[in-house]
Amino acid sequence: MRLGDTGKFAAQSLIRARGRTLLMLLAMSIGVSAVVILTGLGEGARRFVTGEFASLGTNLVIVIPGRSETTGGAAALMAGETPRDLTVDDYLALSRNPLVSLAAPVMVGAAGAARGRLEREISVVGTTSEFLKIRHLSMDRGKFLPGGDPSRAVNVCVIGEKIKQELFGKEQALGEWLRLGDRRFRVIGVLATGGRSIGVDIQELVVIPVASAQALFNSPGLFRILVEARSRDVMPRLQDQIRRTIAERHQGEEDVTVVTQDAVLATFDNILRALTFTVGGIGAISLAVAGILIMNIMLVAVSQRTREIGLLKAVGATRGQVTMLFLSEAVLLASLGGLLGLLLGYLGTTAIHGVYPDMDSQAPLWAVLAAIGVSSLTGLVFGIVPARRAAALEPVEALNG
Amino acid sequence: MITLEGINRIFQVGDQQVHALDDISLTIQPGEYLSLMGPSGSGKSTLLNILGLLDKPTSGRYLLEGREVTSLSDDEQASVRGEKIGFVFQFFHLVPRMSAFENVELPLVLAGMAPSVRRERVHVILEQLGLMDRAHHRPDQLSGGQRQRIAIARATIMKPSLLLADEPTGNLDSRSGTDVVEVLEQLNAGGITLVVVTHDGQVGKRAGRRLRMVDGAIVKDERG
Repeated sequence: MRLGDTGKFAAQSLIRARGRTLLMLLAMSIGVSAVVILTGLGEGARRFVTGEFASLGTNLVIVIPGRSETTGGAAALMAGETPRDLTVDDYLALSRNPLVSLAAPVMVGAAGAARGRLEREISVVGTTSEFLKIRHLSMDRGKFLPGGDPSRAVNVCVIGEKIKQELFGKEQALGEWLRLGDRRFRVIGVLATGGRSIGVDIQELVVIPVASAQALFNSPGLFRILVEARSRDVMPRLQDQIRRTIAERHQGEEDVTVVTQDAVLATFDNILRALTFTVGGIGAISLAVAGILIMNIMLVAVSQRTREIGLLKAVGATRGQVTMLFLSEAVLLASLGGLLGLLLGYLGTTAIHGVYPDMDSQAPLWAVLAAIGVSSLTGLVFGIVPARRAAALEPVEALNG
Repeated sequence: MITLEGINRIFQVGDQQVHALDDISLTIQPGEYLSLMGPSGSGKSTLLNILGLLDKPTSGRYLLEGREVTSLSDDEQASVRGEKIGFVFQFFHLVPRMSAFENVELPLVLAGMAPSVRRERVHVILEQLGLMDRAHHRPDQLSGGQRQRIAIARATIMKPSLLLADEPTGNLDSRSGTDVVEVLEQLNAGGITLVVVTHDGQVGKRAGRRLRMVDGAIVKDERG
């Protein structure tokens, strides 16, 4: 039998048994696309959250005032008891450590911001020039805080894009005055949008020098010290040294919690990987359902196909030819179903990406391969096994179905 | 020439053995026109299936043109079926999704013949049977008589030496039945060996040689 004729026979039997073919394609593409979309969602969520953390910098060590006995990051982040303040001097001591490439103090508070008759409550961050680099932010216009002695209170501020829109509208903001609490600050820069940071929306932030913040909030205590290590390898050593330095400066009390970005990241990554697997599990169930559907359609078709196989044998087809014909048909069907499923799946994830641009919901390769593998395998096995069994019968038995 | 020697066919039905063919010996000359009659369950269809290599005898020898065919492998039997034997069924057994043309062409496709040659041969045979205008109809668009003639065209497209028909008129009204029998007889007149299994005495008595079967044995063998 000629190759072209084999292909034609297979294509013809798919096209002319339209109902069955459509059902099979539907079952296969639903199975495949369900897995692609669901695992894509899980993967997207995982990447979104890990991306949030990565934007903080992976070499980051966070020094939090107050001792926490728990090792997890979240509990320490929320712990508020502060026996002894972290000060700008602590920050200066830490930044002198040779393992540190960058360090920035952070003070956080809320203040009323006013410009003319416009007024609103605003989150204020007091820090130094290093903050820009450590938090991977960039400027839209103007400059960030100037360097120099952090204990000097300079009345300048850098504002987020949204603050700029709300208080200045379309007017020029650079060089203008902004009132925070009872002080006036000159706007020297506007932060670029797109900077993301857990818990804080960069667009709604006002950044001022740390000494100005201390004066504004009338408190010497820092909220955090952010420390960036020279490399990932030195991070454990750096953590030890930070604890020791702080203990020396705090009369032997080790009263800070040192958290690495990594530990937090790893925890979230694990949780989200579990999420991806859960979602993949749901996908696997839908795939199994699709597989059973494929199996059913194939088994229902068997008695009809058995007669056809009997006839083929009666007019001279060998067992090999019969198997070949049904194999080509199953391969054709399985690849069409797989492709259609992929197409639907990518349409689905693209649609999700369109609605939630932050979610980069790409299905992982293993899920795509597993989906296509399982659906083609069920299609192939349940297409060929009955055909092979029928081909092994005496023609008269096959003819009688 | 066809020679059957001591052919037995035993079916296992539950724990009972059914002797469908009981020690059949038979010789059929090339070009003979044979009818096989008998009550239901007498084994006439089983005998026809064994002649057509659609079924295997439990024991016995079958020589087709001097060649022992019962001991051939599956694939060798398939090629004998393809080249030397044509089979016409009571229920036509046309492939429903294929046109009349494609059904007739099927044995040539399986034999790997080139498309141009195939088209030529199918056209010739459809012309002979007066079915050219029905070539691109599907079986469900054809009458019973037309379907059976398409089935006959398919059975003879490979120019076999033996044509076997199992109740070829069983599903047809008497007029198309007569039509179909006449087509078969024309083919026989052209030299093909024809064996017809039938219930219909009118059809059966037209054959040159008439066999009667009861309980798996040939009880009457008339000529002339």
